[in-house]
Amino acid sequence: MHGNRFRHNFLTALLLAPATAWLVVFLVLPFIAIAIFSVGERAPEGGYQAAFTLAQYANLPARATAFWNTMVLAPVGALACLLVAYPVAYYLALQAPQRWRLILLALVVIPFWTSLLMRTYAWMYILGGRGIPALLALVGIEDVRLINTPGAVLLGIVYGYLPLMILPIYVSLERLDRRLLEASADLGATPLSTFLGVTLKLSLPGVMTGFSLVMILLLGEYLIPTLLGGGKVFFIGNALVDLFLQSRNWPFGSAIAITLVLVSVVVLIAANRISTRVSGARRVDLI
Amino acid sequence: MSKSYRDGLPISPENFVDQLMRLKRGSIGRRDFLGLTGLGIATALMAREIGIMPTPAFAAENLGDRMSIATWPNYHDPQTFENFKKDTGVAVEVNVFGSNEEMLAKLQAGASGWSLFVPTNYTISTYKKLGIIEPLDMAKLANFDGTQEDPRFTSEGTIDKVIYAVPKNWGTTGFAVNTKKLTKPMTSWKEFWDTAMAEGDGRTMVHDYQLTTIGNALKYFGYSFNSLKQDELAKAEELLLKVKPHLFAVSSDYQPGMRAGDAWMTMCWTNDGAQLHRDIPEIAYVLGKEGGEIWTDFYAIPKDAPNKPAGYALLNYLMNPQVAVKEHLANGAPSTDARVNKLLPKEVLDNPILYPAADLLTPLEFGAAATLTDPGRAELMARFKSA
Repeated sequence: MHGNRFRHNFLTALLLAPATAWLVVFLVLPFIAIAIFSVGERAPEGGYQAAFTLAQYANLPARATAFWNTMVLAPVGALACLLVAYPVAYYLALQAPQRWRLILLALVVIPFWTSLLMRTYAWMYILGGRGIPALLALVGIEDVRLINTPGAVLLGIVYGYLPLMILPIYVSLERLDRRLLEASADLGATPLSTFLGVTLKLSLPGVMTGFSLVMILLLGEYLIPTLLGGGKVFFIGNALVDLFLQSRNWPFGSAIAITLVLVSVVVLIAANRISTRVSGARRVDLI
Repeated sequence: MSKSYRDGLPISPENFVDQLMRLKRGSIGRRDFLGLTGLGIATALMAREIGIMPTPAFAAENLGDRMSIATWPNYHDPQTFENFKKDTGVAVEVNVFGSNEEMLAKLQAGASGWSLFVPTNYTISTYKKLGIIEPLDMAKLANFDGTQEDPRFTSEGTIDKVIYAVPKNWGTTGFAVNTKKLTKPMTSWKEFWDTAMAEGDGRTMVHDYQLTTIGNALKYFGYSFNSLKQDELAKAEELLLKVKPHLFAVSSDYQPGMRAGDAWMTMCWTNDGAQLHRDIPEIAYVLGKEGGEIWTDFYAIPKDAPNKPAGYALLNYLMNPQVAVKEHLANGAPSTDARVNKLLPKEVLDNPILYPAADLLTPLEFGAAATLTDPGRAELMARFKSA
């Protein structure tokens, strides 16, 4: 009996070993390295020099604008994604003919197989002077500028992150028990109140999962603002790229990275709390 | 890039067994076949005799089959690397960068994987100080001839009489203007910045790193391009923050925007200016009469280069005036090498974008090493970008 349990524990540990090793090597160790960097100093020629100081953290306000921009971009971007994704997921899960559903779902996922960089570059050309503005010029609307505007950034974000929002919502809508909708209608609810009271409410865990997923990824976004926004608006991701690749201030970059991780954790916990409260006991399946 | 015996390292037991098993399966690469049968040496010798291969260096050393070069956008004739591959069997992977800072960051982090790269004059002393570039073994660069180089452009490759880098070409940093959209003739940085806030509103680009963006803002007030003085930098920052809301983009990749007609004016290097003007004649290249930057780009080999033999081979190949002349015709920047200038067609030598008048050249300054590494300028740039 005793030996059995030992063997069982040993087996569990053995089976978990690869995952644990993966976590340690790719998550814990880099995090520790970044934490050590963040209390160091910038070497005279750039890079890292050992020290123990909290000066980098004290300097965080110097990137307040970047933090602020990111804090606005992440929820607004995620919300824009949600507004586009919900109807699509709704149609896929509840309206689309069964035999088309898989194909349509595949069409949502397939763009994800190509690098986001490539797809964002494509948008650079569509929105750039030789794309839509050239077509507009044909009908006499001259000198329209679409690229490097906030609208272009928002479009890029919605386009890039849409599948991540559609899929969790689709999954939660797909599990929806249709008899509840019938019951709601039978009891005299209008389609709108059925949607709000039943469909939307029951799909909230999916919505929250998608929302947090997109939002966390957006907290680190830097590519889309650079390519479609012209690098004029600085997000935390851009600040990090800049600190590591341009000013080569690794300690300050590390301090910002650590702060960003902490912010992401807070966002996650908040999302969990909110989702637990609004949708009963079900939790966001992220952590 | 993985290190292997092909990079000149001793063959390991694993590698040996690996090769043996491959042979047993009957699979053998072209290079292995040539090596094993001795045909490789025979071909190389023959090639040298009949002059297919330009130098004996190729035959003497195993160059491997690939290498990586770090360089700038629109900077080479792609055919150069194709020809090099044809001659040596070495495929060249080209990594394109936007700034010297990025190159430095990558090299500082270690294991860049490059066997050759293209740093600008003012970075070389920093690279030497950090011990991350190789003193060049000139015996391997038979095609380079120091006596034919213009010393005005090439001195910064040599530190304490040791050559760390040999020049690729020189150039200037001015600005490019689409004269159909911005019809008022411009001649100065003052006009550049003023136009950016007026007729060029929403259509002007500046570089996304500090040297030229801050340097050319300093020029608005007539200060030195390399200034590190607090009060002068404060004035430059004030100007930059005022211009920021009017910009089209902060980016060093300005050709797409200019070509598509989205951007009408941008900070610009000689070679891009020449390329843009060649393809779209209404795009003019202007040197600010207040001065600005003059630069030389060099070739250098990182200390941790994974394939030094190929790095040297490609460098020597590029130093061949016949090869270099094609590079210059494609890239549009002027040469530092008198032998190359002799081969360039007259219309290139007469092109004022490439060879500006003396009164425009005189006030230009080479970037200083301190300007690159100054943390104050780096923070200023970050404040400008995040504003």
